[in-house]
Amino acid sequence: MAKRDGFFKSEFFHNFVRDPGATAGLLIVIFFLVVVIAGPFFTPQNPYDIGGLDLMDAFKPPMWMEGGDPAFPLGTDDQGRDLLSAMVYGSRISLLIGVSVVALSCVLGAFLGLVAGYFGGRLDSVLMRVVDVQLSFPAMLVALFIMAAFGRGLGKLVIALTIVGWVLYARTVRSSVLVEKNKEYVDAARLIGFSPFPIILRHVLPNVLTPLIVIATIHVGTVILTEATLSYLGVGVPVTRPSLGLLVKNGYDVLFSGLWWSSVFPGTFIMLLVFGINLLGDFLRDEFNPRLK
Amino acid sequence: MIRYFLKRLVQMVLVLLAVSVIVFLVMSFTGDPVLMIVPPTATDAQIAEARTALGLDRPLWVQYGVFLRNLLGGDLGVSYIFKRPALTLILERMPATLELVFFSVIISVVVALPFGVYAGARPGSPLSRAVMGGSLLGISLPSFWVGILLIFYFAVEKRLLPSSGRGVTGTLFGIPFAFMTADGFRHIILPASSLALGTLAMLIRLIRAQIMEVMRQDFIKFARAKGVSRGKLLFSHALKNALVPVVTVFGMQIGSLIAFATVTETIFAWPGMGKLLVDSINTADRPVIVAYLMIVAAMFVLINFIVDVVYTLIDPRIDLR
Repeated sequence: MAKRDGFFKSEFFHNFVRDPGATAGLLIVIFFLVVVIAGPFFTPQNPYDIGGLDLMDAFKPPMWMEGGDPAFPLGTDDQGRDLLSAMVYGSRISLLIGVSVVALSCVLGAFLGLVAGYFGGRLDSVLMRVVDVQLSFPAMLVALFIMAAFGRGLGKLVIALTIVGWVLYARTVRSSVLVEKNKEYVDAARLIGFSPFPIILRHVLPNVLTPLIVIATIHVGTVILTEATLSYLGVGVPVTRPSLGLLVKNGYDVLFSGLWWSSVFPGTFIMLLVFGINLLGDFLRDEFNPRLK
Repeated sequence: MIRYFLKRLVQMVLVLLAVSVIVFLVMSFTGDPVLMIVPPTATDAQIAEARTALGLDRPLWVQYGVFLRNLLGGDLGVSYIFKRPALTLILERMPATLELVFFSVIISVVVALPFGVYAGARPGSPLSRAVMGGSLLGISLPSFWVGILLIFYFAVEKRLLPSSGRGVTGTLFGIPFAFMTADGFRHIILPASSLALGTLAMLIRLIRAQIMEVMRQDFIKFARAKGVSRGKLLFSHALKNALVPVVTVFGMQIGSLIAFATVTETIFAWPGMGKLLVDSINTADRPVIVAYLMIVAAMFVLINFIVDVVYTLIDPRIDLR
């Protein structure tokens, strides 16, 4: 992989273009980025503005069905809220939570993993014991417990999901650091007289980044799924800021009165988003795995 | 060997102690149980009296001591809503959850083994690609949404299968189980399938990766040269060696199935301990929440222990330290 030929001639780009899954994944992710950034300018309604709702519009089916209204392309819910608008705003909440939890977990986990791996000793064994114990409990259940105790809310949700999310990063970074810290470049940096933290941040961290990128990509999808599940159970986002998962729950409550679209479409959005992220993650994992080369 | 078991036993007790401390602390710092017990018309004096009667005016570590002593004696408090011991409530509902998890495990193993082995043995074939695409989609699906779709299609549209409850139960060893009757069996199909999907998809991917790894090794080439038939090669030589890491992950998956059963049970109104937990969270029924967490934590610790033991039994290379 000769760097001077530029990114578009790299082996990475070559493999990417020839992998239909990875390309599809990237297209899906780009689609969602456009939706969450530009979507609110095009939606027919602002779902947070209760005053803009009209009960006369309630229970409208999608526009291609009988009784549908082109003003509400995917239909409305029991209060006349446009489903498409709600899904655009819901995707923003879901993606916002996904990205912030992954950023926080990654920074916290990588930092603790670097410190534990580099210094070793008692700190290392205590930290890794915590990681082991936490990994033996399903993340969903721990997050459910935290949310049940502290109540719903966006900030609390991000904190709860970070508490269960950092462990994987810590473990991965630590094992990479254990390999890296005995290499000559670290010895060299130490001999020049650098103190530990500059060595860790400037020399060790760049060399353990690859596995982090793979984990972080797939983690975004996992977090969005867990958030959706918690919101579905009623302990996630507040009812005033519905994420995609809460929209599915609201839709399920009216499913038996025949409003199938209000749970089917938001669920399709979650599936599509997570599928796209997983396609990308899968490609990155294969690409960065030296054993498969 | 015995030293290893003792060490693991001590570890298990320590983990459970840590869990009990965390659960106790979190529960002490959130909400006031006294306000849940006294009638809404209670005066300040009555509230203070109830607080003293419950021992909630004592220092935290004394309260924890009491909590721990009760825990060891099997007393996990009385539900605010049902007015019955929390432990009894959970144990009554445990068979329903375990049977749901059991059937999900059966479904995932029966489906994942052939597909995973095939996809690992012929990684390039169109069917393998389809299996891999399908399994990636499977891990991307929110399990609650799958449940909703199943209900909508099989129960509302086609009216083929019931969408909620456990149906008529039959008894086995004096415990009521749904699968003992035809009606109960019809009730378990949808929830067990929706719960199984994620595990199934994950298992396919794991088994495939392991088979691919094993198929590259020399003993497979040797067996092939020796003239071992393809079926025997795959299922006897390769699979046996591929299963070692699968068993570990599968143990973790059973824990995660118990956790996700809370979601499935809520959707299908399955009267298990998971639905009890979600209901108790919504009604702030703290003794039941605490009892659920402690029991489930004990189950997870036990599952991990069993997985470790099984691991050493199927892989003789592992040395017990």
